[in-house]
Amino acid sequence: MKKYAYYPGCSLESLAKGYHLSAMAVTKEFGLELNEIKDWNCCGSTAYFPVDELLAYTLVSRNLALAEKMGASDFVAPCSACYKNAYFTNSYLQSDTDLADHINYALEEDQLHVDGSLKVRHLIELFIEDVKLEEVEKKATHPLKGLRVAPYYGCQLVRPRKAKEDVENPRYFENLLSAIGAEPIEYANKTRCCGGSLIITNRKAALSMVQILLQDAVIHGADVIATTCPMCDVNLEVYQEQVNREFGTHYSVPVMYFTQLMGLALGIDPGRLGVGKSELASLQAKAVAQPAESQ
Amino acid sequence: MTERIGVYVCHCGTNIAGVVDVAAVSKWAGEALAGRGVVIARDYKFMCSSLGQELIQKDIKEQKLTRVVVAACSPHLHERTFRNACKGAGLNPYLCELVSIREQDSWVHTDKVAATAKAKAIISGGVERVIHHEALEPLRVPIHPATMVVGGGIAGIQAALEIADAGFPVYLVEREPSIGGHMAQFDKTFPTLDCSACILTPKMVDVGNHPNITLMTYSEVQKVDGYVGNFAVTVKKKARYIKEADCTGCGICWEKCPWKFVDEVFEAGMAKRKAVYTPFPQAVPKYPVIDDQTCVYFSKGTCKACQKFCPTNAIDFEQKDELLTVQVGNIVLATGFDLFDVNRIPQYGYKRLANVYTNLEFERLCNAAGPTGGNIVLRDGKTVPKAVGIVHCVGSRDQNYNPYCSSVCCMQSLKFAHLVHERTGADVYNFYIDIRTPSKGYEEFYQRLLEEGTHFVRGKVAEITDTARTPEEEGKLVIQVEDTLIGKQRRIPVDMVVLSAGLQARHDAKDVAKMFGIACSAENWYTERHPKLDPVATMTEGIYIAGCAQGPKDIPASVAQGAAAAARILGKIQQKEIALEPVRASINEEQCSGCRICNSLCPFSAILFHEDKMVSEVNPALCQGCGTCVAACPAGAISGTGFSNEQILSQIEGLLLLNIPVKEAVA
Repeated sequence: MKKYAYYPGCSLESLAKGYHLSAMAVTKEFGLELNEIKDWNCCGSTAYFPVDELLAYTLVSRNLALAEKMGASDFVAPCSACYKNAYFTNSYLQSDTDLADHINYALEEDQLHVDGSLKVRHLIELFIEDVKLEEVEKKATHPLKGLRVAPYYGCQLVRPRKAKEDVENPRYFENLLSAIGAEPIEYANKTRCCGGSLIITNRKAALSMVQILLQDAVIHGADVIATTCPMCDVNLEVYQEQVNREFGTHYSVPVMYFTQLMGLALGIDPGRLGVGKSELASLQAKAVAQPAESQ
Repeated sequence: MTERIGVYVCHCGTNIAGVVDVAAVSKWAGEALAGRGVVIARDYKFMCSSLGQELIQKDIKEQKLTRVVVAACSPHLHERTFRNACKGAGLNPYLCELVSIREQDSWVHTDKVAATAKAKAIISGGVERVIHHEALEPLRVPIHPATMVVGGGIAGIQAALEIADAGFPVYLVEREPSIGGHMAQFDKTFPTLDCSACILTPKMVDVGNHPNITLMTYSEVQKVDGYVGNFAVTVKKKARYIKEADCTGCGICWEKCPWKFVDEVFEAGMAKRKAVYTPFPQAVPKYPVIDDQTCVYFSKGTCKACQKFCPTNAIDFEQKDELLTVQVGNIVLATGFDLFDVNRIPQYGYKRLANVYTNLEFERLCNAAGPTGGNIVLRDGKTVPKAVGIVHCVGSRDQNYNPYCSSVCCMQSLKFAHLVHERTGADVYNFYIDIRTPSKGYEEFYQRLLEEGTHFVRGKVAEITDTARTPEEEGKLVIQVEDTLIGKQRRIPVDMVVLSAGLQARHDAKDVAKMFGIACSAENWYTERHPKLDPVATMTEGIYIAGCAQGPKDIPASVAQGAAAAARILGKIQQKEIALEPVRASINEEQCSGCRICNSLCPFSAILFHEDKMVSEVNPALCQGCGTCVAACPAGAISGTGFSNEQILSQIEGLLLLNIPVKEAVA
């Protein structure tokens, strides 16, 4: 059983409880052990970096240091923003010894030390790279036949621009959806920003960005939008009503975490995946879950 | 101390004297270095002037100087001037040392006291070095009158014709089945809108008929041996499967060939060709080639339709690749450019969106001999676009791809805009960062386009998409761009997009440069000897460069460089022999362990390895005296004339002022 240092981030404790539940349930099925980092703190989000970069890197580094202390080799974040912050901080620690010295000086207060020796990964990478899609396909005993899913990468998941990754037109999410029997739809805006935290500071601009995504997904026939990030999920799901009011549209498309769709395909009880429990658009989501239950 | 040394310190106006106390330096050298053999030290306003040179010459005669040190600018600039001055006064020119107190001192320092002290140290180093100099004689090598031109585009054609017209033999080597290069693919040329083929093909015909030009098409250089004046170049002549002596170029073979393939080279993928083909009707030479990669006979063993119908029995399926070795005195590399691969910018949708074209595809589309007979239509072959977007700087001036300006794309994009306007009446949008029209008649062409009503949008295109947001965008290609003049995001629906992909070095430019022993820039353009004053020569004697292989440029500039390279070579041929700098490395066979470390390090491929004796040897005609091998040799077996260990170590001692008593050093 491969072990990972798991960094849930704040959203998964409340707003995105379903993401947390489904992530735990699905990884367990594949024999991946997610060990939550004890006493983790904020990832810095979007807000802290423009205020003070050094302090923000230090904040992130504390989480990395805690994970290193656990003896883990991989740091896994399910939230794209947490992932991106941890990924960049970790790579800066590796390349900038001066920065690492400054940060370690601060971490001494907490009897911690960071090397930057971890591999920082997003949860979805585990299924693509470690589990492999053939294995996913084998385990998907309740394939989501005929379900047209819009794979929504969002912007931060591909932002590290890792070598050989096609950041403008990535394909791995589609491949994962195919492996669980669903039908991934093609649409151009799959890596476009969901508006992020702009929803707080400039609601109208953010709603317009959400509208573009909903429009594109719906025109291309999405039954459901699959996300990899709690922020994207909230913007696309919770703000549908406001988008409809603002633009006179009638969107009503369920939005689910990719782990929830995977869980349904594995035949896990929707309740254990947080589907229709603490989710906000629970009714729609439940409808999506039906095919799995009926099989 | 037997040497009598003169030290000359140049003011270079205020270039040096503004920072270094030149008079004090000169006075110090005369006194402190007197014990090292300095008998006279002078400073002068411009040492390089005739009067300055005469000053040195007078001293050589009157003071009986045996060594000269000039402290002035970089040896790149005036080393030859002062060596010649010494030679004029009867002193061997290699007994003169030019040390730089401008580039290495006054130009890079602001602290006058420190700069003055540094100038003293530099001169002290020069004095110690020059003591160990030897009188050298330049190497003289004969120049073979033949020239090889590699690349049959317009630059190579021009170079070949100039040399051949002057009465000297030329071998013109071209990789493709025909000469003509990229220019043969174009429809019109900017800014005059002459038909490209009409002005190019007469030159191609001249090349084909010229008694002094040996044309080697469908051929590639494999190996280059020798050195300036005496190169032996091995050329692989790929099998054409056509007997050139019998072929009349009648065209029956390609008419009868039943197999069609997409022509990715000449037609840029826009049209098909047969397995036996000439790339275009005016091809020179007229003989076709049978492409053994696509010809069905080579994969299946049957067909031979071309052979059955050939009226002169010129098809020969048994032909093999040939290796030919030719002797030449000089070489011109005019190997051209590759187009930037627009697939690297996936947000522009090339291939994914049918009606996004590259500039080369669009040239073929406009060309009367192209796939649509010159009609500008969409990929369906019939729909005339109502709106066309032309994107400048694709892959150019972009830190993610090529940081440089490709220089021709602005004018080419303006030409496209004009052609679209003229032939379709469509609305044309040009998306530019800056419009760059610096040559004769170019700005006037831009004005003409403005008057024609072309829409110019200043901003870098973010994305091209077929995802509509409004009913007007349905079925269109939408260009998302920030219009930086009005400070707004715009979405402009069009039917066709042309990507003006930038120019980049040939994919194999680096290997070719290594084969010919020349250097490349970071972007793999061939490096010229001097960016301003010697743009077509290279650091390797006898190798010249012309056209886009040296950097992006338009047709007039390519022609000028081709002619310039020819003029340089004709000058060398007329001299019949060439004097080479005697500053060379040599290997002591006794000490060489045969480790071959120096072999691959030599930037000029001047070191060869004797397998029988297991030792390396420097070819003195190829060696440029850079000293890399001398420093690298672990056995210390390599020494350099003009940069021996003794000379270098003495110079370092001099720089550290270890050569004179401490009291004088700090004075």
